[in-house]
Amino acid sequence: MERKWVRLAAPAVIALLVYGCVGWGIARGLISEYYQVNLFLIGINIILAVTLNLINGFTGHLSLGHAGFMAVGAYTGVVVTMKLGLPLAFAVAAGMAAAACAGFLIGLPTLRLRGDYLAIATLGFGEIIRVLLENFEYLGGARGISGIPRTVNWTWLFWSVVLTLVLVRNFISSTHGRACLAVRENELAAEMMGVNTTCYKVLAFVLGAAGAGLAGVLYAHYFYVILPDKFSFLLSFDVLVMVMVGGLGSLTGSCLGAVLLTLLSTLLQRIPEFRMVLYALMLILVAIYRPHGLAGKRELSLDLLGRWMRRGGVARGAAHGG
Amino acid sequence: MQELLQQLVNGLSLGSIYALIAVGYTMVYGVIQLINFAHGDVLMVGAYVGLAAALAGFGLVPSLLLAMLACALLGVAIERVAYRPLRHASRLAALTSAIGVSLFLEYGMMAALTPRTRSYPPLLPDRIYSWGGLRITSKDLLILGTTLVLVLVLQYIIYRTQTGKAMRAVSFDREAAQLMGVNVNSTIGATFALGSALAAAAGMLVGVYFNAVYPLMGLMPGLKAFVAAVLGGIGSVPGAMLGGLLLGMTEALVSGYGGSMYRDAVAFGILIFILLVRPTGLLGTGLQEKA
Repeated sequence: MERKWVRLAAPAVIALLVYGCVGWGIARGLISEYYQVNLFLIGINIILAVTLNLINGFTGHLSLGHAGFMAVGAYTGVVVTMKLGLPLAFAVAAGMAAAACAGFLIGLPTLRLRGDYLAIATLGFGEIIRVLLENFEYLGGARGISGIPRTVNWTWLFWSVVLTLVLVRNFISSTHGRACLAVRENELAAEMMGVNTTCYKVLAFVLGAAGAGLAGVLYAHYFYVILPDKFSFLLSFDVLVMVMVGGLGSLTGSCLGAVLLTLLSTLLQRIPEFRMVLYALMLILVAIYRPHGLAGKRELSLDLLGRWMRRGGVARGAAHGG
Repeated sequence: MQELLQQLVNGLSLGSIYALIAVGYTMVYGVIQLINFAHGDVLMVGAYVGLAAALAGFGLVPSLLLAMLACALLGVAIERVAYRPLRHASRLAALTSAIGVSLFLEYGMMAALTPRTRSYPPLLPDRIYSWGGLRITSKDLLILGTTLVLVLVLQYIIYRTQTGKAMRAVSFDREAAQLMGVNVNSTIGATFALGSALAAAAGMLVGVYFNAVYPLMGLMPGLKAFVAAVLGGIGSVPGAMLGGLLLGMTEALVSGYGGSMYRDAVAFGILIFILLVRPTGLLGTGLQEKA
């Protein structure tokens, strides 16, 4: 009874502490604008990586359309706030709903395909979305939309990230999540055991798309401007690198990958070509030597932390990783 | 009517370039069942090598051969470093590695040579032939001729040589081929060499046709050629040719009738349509899609 209470309360306390400390730092101006931007990028990338991991890592389907869903979310959100004048909460809801619908429309037919075919089909869909946005004058065409009010603050970002993590984690450990894992391990066997594979593949896809939509809305309302170009498949590749490097099928790994690669890309901002060369080498090396990513399928959990501490390790500092 | 024919002629040039790239895709796919994401980037490297040779004073044909040779080596090296260690790994790992190679070539080239667009020196006289109101340029003829010659050579290699026989055997059933004494590794290497050489030729043709060589030039042709390969039936060489020509003509028609902004979207639309209604493509065999 007591353990269960600790299990629930400890992460909540940690989250509140992190939220409070960083929020205080931002309010007092201790965390400069430069670090804030990176913090927001990390948060948005965590949402993207975790939700892509739901499709790639947990259900085992390679999707290269994440940028497309993000674009759907971002544009829908901006239409809701700027053209309809509704508050951000509506934008988030509408953006996620629109991305989820797009995920459903795309997922239902294409998830009959496997492996490489699915990868290319999703990549194609992402590109179609981009081309349509570029030619849709109502949404600014190739110039995109600028002057979006910055309504996303630390509170919005932090709780979006936490909520995403909690929801995805709970989904994975639910009956439905385990059905998704079964699909990944062996689709045929899962089908034989009575798992409705199509249903679960589409479900994972829709949830992943909704997450990408959320990231899109947050992105649009933090960075003032959205361009169709920003949501090309290079962005999908970026997220894929995070997932692959961090760990396929590990939420902790996805967070780790998002943090690492966002920091890396910030450090290498001045030499973007070099950044991509490094990404490429990382992708190849990880694929060959650690095909399940750095974290593998491991998760950072309280039990694990407890064991470390009992062994006398000093793992306290790493507590807010997952 | 004449307008339509003119668009079809334009589409024919574009289509034969796609066909040339798609054949490389399809061959590699046939033997290792992996989409070689880096194929389009090998094309880009080929265009650069050809450009370097042309700037060094070589003529059209020597430059072309040099580019093909360099890319054949590059293709073998890519297979050795990035694909061979993953031959028995999961598909996701192999595909990730392929994406890695693609990004590496693109941005490596960008880091080495800046993203600047370069153009070919005049390699052939710019003539326009009019025939019954149809205009055909010397570039069109160059592309059609090169494609035709290369495809004939390829057909010869595939159907008349020992290596070609081995390639067909490996693509049919790798284990059985190995049991029958086929050296699978060297056959796969040969396939990569051939496919990459064709990509290099296509790269030079793209460079000459659009008069622009830049590090990301392989991206769209690469993706489009994949669409062409799927359209024709992936794994089938004649299918890839047919798919390439059809795609090129469709694109020419779409842009000719005012939809040039939607050209890329139409190509991907075709891909998704084909994957949904006939995943094996127009000329594909009825083999079950691999798991």
